[in-house]
Amino acid sequence: MSKYLVNLKVNNIPVTVEEGTTILDAARKLNFHIPTLCYHEDLTVAGNCRVCLVEVAGSRSLAASCATPVSEGMEVLTNSKNVRSARKNVVELLLSEHNADCTKCFKNGHCELQTLSSEYQIGQHLFIDLVKTKDKIVDISSPSIAKDDSKCIRCQRCVRTCSELQAVGALAVINKGDHQRISTFLNKPLSEVVCTNCGQCINRCPTGALTERSYIEEVWDAINDPSKHVVVETAPAVRVALGEDLGFEAGERVTGKMVAALRHLGFDSILDTDFTADLTILEEGTELLTRLKKALVDKDEKVSLPMFTSCSPGWIKFIEHMFPEYLPNLSTCKSPQQMFGALAKTYYAQKKNINPKNMVCVSIMPCTAKKFEAGRPELRDSGYQDVDYVLTTRELAMMIKQAGIDFMKLEDMEYDSIMGESTGAAVIFGASGGVMEAALRTAYEIISGRDVPFTNLNIVPVRGMEGVKEAKVMLKDVKPEWGFLEGVEVSIAIAHGLANAKKVVESIKNGTANYHFVEIMGCPGGCIGGGGQPIPTSPEIRQKRADAIYAEDEGLPLRKSHENPEVQYLYKEFLGEPLGHRSHDLLHTHYKPRKRY
Amino acid sequence: METKVIKKVDTIFDVVECNYIQVLEKTLAKTADEIILDIIDSGLKGRGGAGFPTGLKWKFTKNEENAVKYVICNADEGEPGTFKDREILDRVPEKVFTGMAICGYAIGAKEGYIYLRGEYNFLKQDLQMKIDLFNSQLADRDFDFKVFLRSGSGAYICGEESALFDSMEGLRGEPRNKPPYPTVAGYNLKPTAINNVETLVYVTMICRMGPESFKALGTKDSRGSKVFSVSGDTPTPGIYELELGMPLNQFVDEFGDGDTKAVQVGGASGHCVPRKKYNDTIIGFEGIPTGGSMMIFNSTRSMYNVLHDYLEFFTEESCGQCTPCRVGCQQLLKGIEAVKKGDKKPSYLEDLKKLAATMKIASKCGLGQSVSNPFNSIVDNFREEIIY
Repeated sequence: MSKYLVNLKVNNIPVTVEEGTTILDAARKLNFHIPTLCYHEDLTVAGNCRVCLVEVAGSRSLAASCATPVSEGMEVLTNSKNVRSARKNVVELLLSEHNADCTKCFKNGHCELQTLSSEYQIGQHLFIDLVKTKDKIVDISSPSIAKDDSKCIRCQRCVRTCSELQAVGALAVINKGDHQRISTFLNKPLSEVVCTNCGQCINRCPTGALTERSYIEEVWDAINDPSKHVVVETAPAVRVALGEDLGFEAGERVTGKMVAALRHLGFDSILDTDFTADLTILEEGTELLTRLKKALVDKDEKVSLPMFTSCSPGWIKFIEHMFPEYLPNLSTCKSPQQMFGALAKTYYAQKKNINPKNMVCVSIMPCTAKKFEAGRPELRDSGYQDVDYVLTTRELAMMIKQAGIDFMKLEDMEYDSIMGESTGAAVIFGASGGVMEAALRTAYEIISGRDVPFTNLNIVPVRGMEGVKEAKVMLKDVKPEWGFLEGVEVSIAIAHGLANAKKVVESIKNGTANYHFVEIMGCPGGCIGGGGQPIPTSPEIRQKRADAIYAEDEGLPLRKSHENPEVQYLYKEFLGEPLGHRSHDLLHTHYKPRKRY
Repeated sequence: METKVIKKVDTIFDVVECNYIQVLEKTLAKTADEIILDIIDSGLKGRGGAGFPTGLKWKFTKNEENAVKYVICNADEGEPGTFKDREILDRVPEKVFTGMAICGYAIGAKEGYIYLRGEYNFLKQDLQMKIDLFNSQLADRDFDFKVFLRSGSGAYICGEESALFDSMEGLRGEPRNKPPYPTVAGYNLKPTAINNVETLVYVTMICRMGPESFKALGTKDSRGSKVFSVSGDTPTPGIYELELGMPLNQFVDEFGDGDTKAVQVGGASGHCVPRKKYNDTIIGFEGIPTGGSMMIFNSTRSMYNVLHDYLEFFTEESCGQCTPCRVGCQQLLKGIEAVKKGDKKPSYLEDLKKLAATMKIASKCGLGQSVSNPFNSIVDNFREEIIY
């Protein structure tokens, strides 16, 4: 249905927009900037912060431009005396309930409230300081997320993120009036509620009320300790986003510069999570084929299909809480981060003759849930905590700044070997659909001896930002040993963002969908939109990062996980075969149900 | 300006004259458009305080094309100093139900809900009994409409119509962005006509007596009579139905104790009128509109305490979602405390008045928008009492 067009004037300039457009969008079309705080492109409109106020001719009160649709003949002023004075008052009010401890705030320089108060030149506080002492006690119960109520401006972006994008609902508004705040079920600490540690709330918090738990100092201490050998691993999605915090535009690939920066920071071995991403494909692909064989040949009714990917720790905690009955459907593969940690402190230590006791394994992740994952008691198969510290992309950028490294001018460097080699199939783990694509590239070839039937190995149907993607792959002319798969149409689905994950699991649960293999990533867009990535985030920024991921893939000489020579060497020298004994000990795990409250 | 001499009337609580079933049968013989025209013609404006023309509200709701529509009776009577709806629901609830049924017929709704203030739960049992009887009487006449009772939980903000819908839907009661207005997307996002308890009774009375006799009372802008809740320093507190358009001085003569220093018209969110302005103040939509609360203060009362109480009330009862209201209320409260203590200079009151003005134009709903009414009227008229 085509929409009606509406004519209006913004600051006396005529503009024509579609019916239903907000005043904010109409003004933006004319390049009039209206400040916002509670508004976020990814979320429904709240209209509660009241900084986007504008004057509409004929109306007694000002209108929240983010929440007010245009109407025919409307005359809007975005910068009248009334607007400026009310807006300034609103920012002054927000500052009066905000702990403006800016210089030691992680968000200093990135804080939207700070920017606004600077724009409006708000100096000494006009109003009385309302920050409550008890709100200054920061909730650091979670290993991933720190919640500082004294910095909260009640915009509710986190609440909407948690319920709308993630269907988790760990954060909610409680109480009213002067006692209103953002809290959890029964005011419990974050570590004791259904929070999946995904960190999407952090990505959308305009202030420093929600930040990652920072482990920068611990990592500096390890680097500076001569008795420690500090190994660092970098996740696929970090290399396409790190630049945003260090002067580059979104979508810039900075892999070589990142490796160089890590070397300057003083890490002893600079390795790649992409290596274990390739390894994951071999383990998880074999696991899938084994499950299919059990189901199709052995007619084993106990085999759990569809199989779900298990790379995303936000998704893992989500399924533990929300759908524990589907835990057997999870691939038993550890995430690439954890496979890396387990191998670093066994295989790598052996090969490099390092006492694993003296090793510190640091991972750089686009993710905050990885911080929680690293501390899981299930994941200590090397005999030590497999991964010691997890830093977000943002924390790495902070370390690079602290070290005084001029990132933009760094010469590219290469990862160390072994466990530094990777293929394009590993890089695309960073975008939604990437694990599926990588798995298909390898599995299809193993089964049929041929490349996947897509131009240039690009399996376009599994890419893109649609919340739930589905595809079917027909297996024909398979190798004799895979004869049971001849003529089987493999049905797959991909979901990103936990609200979409919930949809997929529910459709499986109520029987409306039937898949063999499902990729689920906890964050919108996959890891490129992870909770540890540079702020801000938006559909446009995530698309640019995804484009960069696929460009990185196309630019690599090897693009199939099974072709990774270091992975082949690893099997030959250490693991034996996929799903073999050693793999089982080091690379696989099981998770347990958790309660909803 | 047209004024009326104070006059007590008795249409609302009169039960002898009004057989609600007869009214209903007579009214349902008309077409929906005829009924709406009668209500528009009567000039009836919402009795909850905002004063929106009732007939227009109904017309807008009727014009929406939707198979499901609702009538809601707003009985979340939370305004400090107002207690008339309680009395109406206690004494003449059938007149309210009848108004709802007429409204349902006029706009095309089959369900009507009474949202009863949480603190009025003691009325529930009796009301439910009467509702059941009323519903069976409608069913006997093959009229497809049912009244239901819903209970609030004690938040003042849930008297705001869209917060009331949220509350009924099981959500946290917070005012919504408008548009869309309730007539387009109200309860369950369906077209909804939401009316105050008293408004619905007047609908029944207009349908019984005809718009002409309703119009015979009141002024051009404020037709008819209205129920007032009189409290404070008065020898005769209680509920009184009075003709609209009376000057305040006559009201004070009638109800004051001879020492009336100020009258708070319209509850905590209304205006404070000092003695020197009684003669110039008309009670009605052209003067000071009111949901019915008339609080009388004599010279023993500290207007600082009065304002302080109101601000404490708003600070607590703001839903907290929008900045001007949540933080503004706290700042006004702390602000007058600081001025009183001498921590802030008296000139800080000007900053606070500017803040109140911001709240009036920047808040999301009527709560935050109306705090400037008591604040400015008390600070302007009793400045010395605030400072010293």
